[in-house]
Amino acid sequence: MEAILEFIFIHKEAIFIIALSILLGIEVISHVPAVLHTPLMSGANAIHGVVIIGAIIVLGHAGTLTAQILGFLAVVLGTLNVVGGFVVTDRMLDMFKKKPKKN
Amino acid sequence: MNMNEAIQYTQNLLFTMGDSILEICYLAASILFIFGLKKLSHPESARKGNFLAAIGMGLAILATLLFHRMDGEPIRNIPLIFVAIGIGTILGWLIAKRVKMTAMPQLVSVFNGMGGAAAALISLMEFPHIGDELIEKSGMLNGHAVAILLGLVIGSVSFAGSMIAYGKLAEKIGDPKLKFMRIVNLLFLLGILTFVVVILAQGHVKPTEITWMVYLLLGFSLIYGVTFVMPIGGADMPVVISLLNSFTGVAAAMGGFLYHNQVMLTGGILVGSAGTILTVLMCRAMNRSLLNVIIGAFGGGGASVDKEAGTVREISVSDAAILLSYSQKVVIVPGYGLAVAQAQHICHELEKLLEDKGVDLRYAIHPVAGRMPGHMNVLLAEADVSYDKLIESDDINSDLPNVDVVVVIGANDVVNPAAIDDPSSPIYGMPVVRVWEAKSVIVMKRGMGKGYAAIENFLFYNNNTRMLFGNAKDSIQKLIGEIKNL
Repeated sequence: MEAILEFIFIHKEAIFIIALSILLGIEVISHVPAVLHTPLMSGANAIHGVVIIGAIIVLGHAGTLTAQILGFLAVVLGTLNVVGGFVVTDRMLDMFKKKPKKN
Repeated sequence: MNMNEAIQYTQNLLFTMGDSILEICYLAASILFIFGLKKLSHPESARKGNFLAAIGMGLAILATLLFHRMDGEPIRNIPLIFVAIGIGTILGWLIAKRVKMTAMPQLVSVFNGMGGAAAALISLMEFPHIGDELIEKSGMLNGHAVAILLGLVIGSVSFAGSMIAYGKLAEKIGDPKLKFMRIVNLLFLLGILTFVVVILAQGHVKPTEITWMVYLLLGFSLIYGVTFVMPIGGADMPVVISLLNSFTGVAAAMGGFLYHNQVMLTGGILVGSAGTILTVLMCRAMNRSLLNVIIGAFGGGGASVDKEAGTVREISVSDAAILLSYSQKVVIVPGYGLAVAQAQHICHELEKLLEDKGVDLRYAIHPVAGRMPGHMNVLLAEADVSYDKLIESDDINSDLPNVDVVVVIGANDVVNPAAIDDPSSPIYGMPVVRVWEAKSVIVMKRGMGKGYAAIENFLFYNNNTRMLFGNAKDSIQKLIGEIKNL
């Protein structure tokens, strides 16, 4: 019990951020029309690509060859998530926009 | 605090200019993510929202490369990082630009899996580096180890699950009937959580000594990701992807916790909570609960087959052309078949042709028609179909008895009367387009195959239903030809 209380005290800032971000996430999303479910999921998908920051940090401080290889892989995967995610979302949303007929 | 205290405080933190700029950039990025998500949930501003979030991401990455320091050390291996980002950017860009519209849902799943895998890799690499002081003070049960292990489990479940979801949507993996698997899965999940606790209870050991346990945990988590998604029917994959999406968000947030990195923390948790709400909203659009989707019966359930199927009546293209041309009100119900055949442009042509003949034509859009919510809207918008012609199924249902002809193009489960009148059907209770209430129905279909949920559809045997077999694009093409000749 004491360990848990201590844990909460040590990480109080992170716990604050987590709690407030959860509420914010719920608030921001709750009135979305069904039409936008897919693009929104795709956009959120791109945002969790923020994991790339962690990958950069790991690779940026990697000493051994194994760590470099794994870190390299993590950065590639993270970039795929970010770039692919945002581009696909943009492509989906592009279709909602009025545009002159192609053919 | 006064000036002296402030200076003292900042000196204690080994303050540098770069650190401060980094945190400001992270704050700006977090705010951009929030505004991005907010704008993404309104049709007019959605594209701008996506752009804002992308700028936030770029800012966070750039700031990390320039200003991030760990124990006073700046980021090294910069060339390597640039090569990795370069490869990821080119690959991601090309795949995202080239993939067909119909394949977009599974693509989202793949990108989601990549994020999960990256989170798992980070955990794997950070585990041996858990600080000695932390271990000395509280053994394995410390914040870092908890974040690392959770990041590993959630990230790898998300990765493996997303790959299976991809396989199912790309129709490379079927829906095996695995009812027992759901019970096994529950036990499996408990087993994994117990194993996490066991690792945390190792006490004062060097992390490198128990790395094997972590690899074992990775293996179990990957297997669980597969067995978790496997028994869920292909028709429910959008919900699963949305759920796994929020998992990856949480996994990314674990990394943020580990590195005291606020942008990873806020970004990850935002996606985690928004993704969960989105998942619940998607389930609600199908009138089902999340639990029902995960444990539910789609694909595995036994639809009632005791009814007499009856006979199917076909209609010729020329008869269909006449029927449509002399109707006053026509409603088109598009489904996945339209997407597969890429028939959206030709469908728009049919729409214009009929309107020129004075037919009042609208589209009935079921929220989960196709493979993802909003799939049909995206597809028809691509073909320049006007936004106000797309009517949500709930709004059009009451008017359907006044409609002369409903044309169902490659939709099946969303027009299945079993959802209303067969309590034993797995889709019972799902809102559907009640097309059978219209005066007549033309169903364009490739063959008598069942829909994605593998449920018999008695609509096809109704007295007022006529079938027009063939690829949707070819059928509409021929139909247009006939109507022009009238």
